Amino acid sequence: MDPKRDGEFQERKMHELGVVKHVMKTLEDVAKENKVTRVASVTLQIGEVSGVVHEQLLDCWNWYADRTVLFKGSDLKIETMPAVTYCENCKQEYETVKHGRTCPFCGSEDTYLLTGNQFEIKEIDAVTLD
Amino acid sequence: MAVKTIEVKESITASNDRDAEKLREDLKEKGVFLINLMSSPGSGKTTLLLRTIKDLKDKLSIGVIEADIASDVDAVKIQSAGAKSIQIHTDGMCHVDAGMTEESLRELGTDGLELIILENIGNLICPAEFDTGARRNVMILSVPEGDDKPLKYPLMFSKSDVLIVTKIDTVSVFDFDFEKLKERVKRLNPDIKVFELSAKTGEGMEPWENWILSEMESFRKERCMNWA
Repeated sequence: MDPKRDGEFQERKMHELGVVKHVMKTLEDVAKENKVTRVASVTLQIGEVSGVVHEQLLDCWNWYADRTVLFKGSDLKIETMPAVTYCENCKQEYETVKHGRTCPFCGSEDTYLLTGNQFEIKEIDAVTLD
Repeated sequence: MAVKTIEVKESITASNDRDAEKLREDLKEKGVFLINLMSSPGSGKTTLLLRTIKDLKDKLSIGVIEADIASDVDAVKIQSAGAKSIQIHTDGMCHVDAGMTEESLRELGTDGLELIILENIGNLICPAEFDTGARRNVMILSVPEGDDKPLKYPLMFSKSDVLIVTKIDTVSVFDFDFEKLKERVKRLNPDIKVFELSAKTGEGMEPWENWILSEMESFRKERCMNWA
């Protein structure tokens, strides 16, 4: 796998490249532990404000996966997880994407993200030796 | 042969976190103090490093890992300043992770080195997300970049142990509010240490360098206590 030498790949997105690398590394360990010979599909749970561009991620995944034995032809499924913000001032939670940093209940900016920028590998469907 | 669903339920950084923790332990055993230096491109990482090496090389044996997407401009400069250095290219990756750090340390060779600085890729986003296994994370923000960066890139500021504000010699040309910056940063990270300096004029370098020396002293003490 040497994307550096592939001119077409040079245009691919830097951030999604790193993400794909980390996912594959984790799954290589899972594959070893479970005697997996081929991965049929990977399900990711990605927070809606994580900043990952799904299309680019899929692009990167397909490009990389094709060049491996373990992941070739595998399906990448993405479940989008909702983003929730907590207001320190009125102690309520609200939808991050709708309202941003400003609490819709009390107007305070004293808020922080509770969940929504996570990137998790949920599960894989795989062909195993036994 | 069977097809089955295997639950993984792991964050994308979990595997790297494990590698980083192990690397931190290994480095502690070896007595090597690793600093991960981060910032956006052009903020003055290399200039700061050159000045720091010049000032401390008689007290410490220093090694530097230069991480860039391309070119070896930085590694050459560092070598001439008196520190052992290697250049790594990250294959297009926008950050350095623990695995890459470990490989680089092997390539650099840690024998005889007390302080190693990893100059991470110039990028205010991704390096904050991936633990390199360093003992301390140090970030740089230069005066020309502006005092609102903590609002735009909160993760980097919250993950750093130290913030160095560089290029303070340019403050007359830019609208930079030091107090506002410190307030914004402390809100994200109350424990962060802030240094203000100019690597060009030398102003403010001493507190930063003293911090390095005292951190290394505590590091040595900790190691001795572990053996006791």
